[in-house]
Amino acid sequence: MTSNENGHPRTLFEKVWENHLVKPQTPDTPAVLYIDLHLVHEVTSPQAFTQLREQNLKVRRPDRTMATMDHSTPTTPKNSLGIIPVTDSMAAAQLDVMRKNCADFGIPLYDLGTENQGIVHVIGPEQGLTQPGMTIVCGDSHTSTHGAFGALAFGIGTSEVAHVLATQCLLQSRPKTMAVRVDGRLNQAVTAKDIILAIIAQIGVGGGTGYVFEYMGEAIRALSMEGRMTICNMSIEGGARAGMVAPDETTFQYVAGKPYAPKGAEWDRAVAGWRKLPTDDGATFDHEIVLDADKLTPMITYGTNPGMGMPINSYVPDPDKLSDVSQKVALDKALTYMGLQPGQKLVGQPVDVVFVGSCTNSRITDLREAARFIEGRKVASNVRMMVVPGSQQVKRQAEAEGLDKVFKEAGAEWREAGCSMCIAMNGDQLQPGQYAVSTSNRNFEGRQGKGGRTFLASPLTAVASAINGVVTDPREMTN
Amino acid sequence: MEPVRKFSGRLAPLPINDIDTDQIIPARYLKVTDKNGLGQACFSDWRYNADGSPKADFILNKPEYQGTSVLIGGHNFGCGSSREHAPWALMGAGFKAVISTYFADIFRNNSLKNGLLPVVVDEETHRQLISLAEEDPTTEVVVDLESQTVTLPDGRAVNFPVDAFSRYCLLNGVDQLGFLMGLDEQIEKYEAGNPARVQTVFS
Ligand code: SF4
Repeated sequence: MTSNENGHPRTLFEKVWENHLVKPQTPDTPAVLYIDLHLVHEVTSPQAFTQLREQNLKVRRPDRTMATMDHSTPTTPKNSLGIIPVTDSMAAAQLDVMRKNCADFGIPLYDLGTENQGIVHVIGPEQGLTQPGMTIVCGDSHTSTHGAFGALAFGIGTSEVAHVLATQCLLQSRPKTMAVRVDGRLNQAVTAKDIILAIIAQIGVGGGTGYVFEYMGEAIRALSMEGRMTICNMSIEGGARAGMVAPDETTFQYVAGKPYAPKGAEWDRAVAGWRKLPTDDGATFDHEIVLDADKLTPMITYGTNPGMGMPINSYVPDPDKLSDVSQKVALDKALTYMGLQPGQKLVGQPVDVVFVGSCTNSRITDLREAARFIEGRKVASNVRMMVVPGSQQVKRQAEAEGLDKVFKEAGAEWREAGCSMCIAMNGDQLQPGQYAVSTSNRNFEGRQGKGGRTFLASPLTAVASAINGVVTDPREMTN
Repeated sequence: MEPVRKFSGRLAPLPINDIDTDQIIPARYLKVTDKNGLGQACFSDWRYNADGSPKADFILNKPEYQGTSVLIGGHNFGCGSSREHAPWALMGAGFKAVISTYFADIFRNNSLKNGLLPVVVDEETHRQLISLAEEDPTTEVVVDLESQTVTLPDGRAVNFPVDAFSRYCLLNGVDQLGFLMGLDEQIEKYEAGNPARVQTVFS
């Protein structure tokens, strides 16, 4: 199975794609792809269930579907009854609709406050639902996260959510492939987040449009599964719907023993299959880019999309030096919104809020690194720092390790699990004009609250900035 | 679904690159469970002041651009979040087509499922349409899905690509789900030959 019947060497993407073809693409119709796992959340699914009801349709495979609540849920503490109160009536109504839909259609739900609830892209992997070689979709663009396991995983719209609910299939035109090779080794205090921010800064937010990325090379191999998830998560920020990493021992070790992972003889069979997934020697990609990890430094964004990023010690670019008019206009607009001057440094820029969380950087290793960095130090008096674990399980694990105490002693807030200030739907938000260093994935205008200004960076840069109260290069603060 | 065939409409120029779906419809409006009323919130943060009054200098608030139905965005329109609320909001605001040099994948897919036409044109035509729309708000174009052309005021017809399947569904006003529902046998066959990789419900 390394190559197809014709002996043609194949990429990881091609193998997973071809394994899931219910019907190949024709001149008249796109390919019909079978979906192994459909993840559902409260914000992008209600209208899909409505369509099912209107057309009197069932969910074809509730047993390949999993729902959670994460986007509009509060991250405030449980009350004396052990319940997380939802004070926003619209959010509460939306959550009730999710509960009813799951109950009516027989879909398992990780409800708010229950032990496995969390951000959809954190719980899939931690439950072992996410496995190599699978096709995974969710009405959420950061579904690309799951590609870290060698799955083909991508975000879909609500109409497509209805398609998958009703038929477990999706109509898809075949994307192109791009190899994203990261050679060499990362320097101290440079992380997976910095790799992906550097990639997006290089190709731009539209550079990956129409492609599926495969991340490869020594630096990717050396990463933990959490690091690989951070990278695949932000594939969409480069315009690619999916990013993949070939499964290896690191992957298998991570999946082994997870609740939904295969067990016993089934595990051995599964691993034997997964070992055949990596791209064959001689397989070709439609495009290839190469980065050198040794040359990377911590990265930070200065603008209003994730492509407007730079090494942390660089200077904010000058729109007048751009020859392309539309790029100049875009940069001008971004700097006006951000309240920044061309040619200024970001290091030393005062910050109001530091957010450690989101499906990019809220897993246990992210929190461990952040805690190690902040232990024995204090959050600057001008800064509100929020730490929002990605799931209830991450939260419990962190508490068992005492990380919550470390954060609280430093003066940070320790919250319940959810998307929180990554998307600012639940009341966790920036005030107009405030600056945040955020470990999330989007710095779009208003993303973290209307008028809020976001600098995207790694957890280490976020913590260093929280301690100093200004944007700080984490290399100046290593321990 | 209403068929989409041919229509003429005036242009609203919004020549900003990388317009993301958080701008088209900010996340705080996503706490709804239906598709209605989102037009009001379309481009909300660009369109309204903090007190809710319209920003006079925003293009869609200018009297001469009221009633426009074809939006011209900058390159890479619709990037970011997969929210289908973005095409719902644009349609709610009266748009039937968006013109750009290229679209983000998910936004393009979502739009085609709702009858909002993503019209890709070359950079030259794009520039020309923007200046026409900026100079003269009465500028009209004709968008014809059947012939896959957008016709400029000077009579020049420019082709745009649409995949054959989406085109068929839109021209005939049929939902794409119907096609998938018709494949039941093939899906069953696939399932029989490919055991579940995970099972979330145990019975
Ligand atoms: S954490 Fe942010 S990016 Fe991730 S799923 Fe939630 S809202 Fe989307």
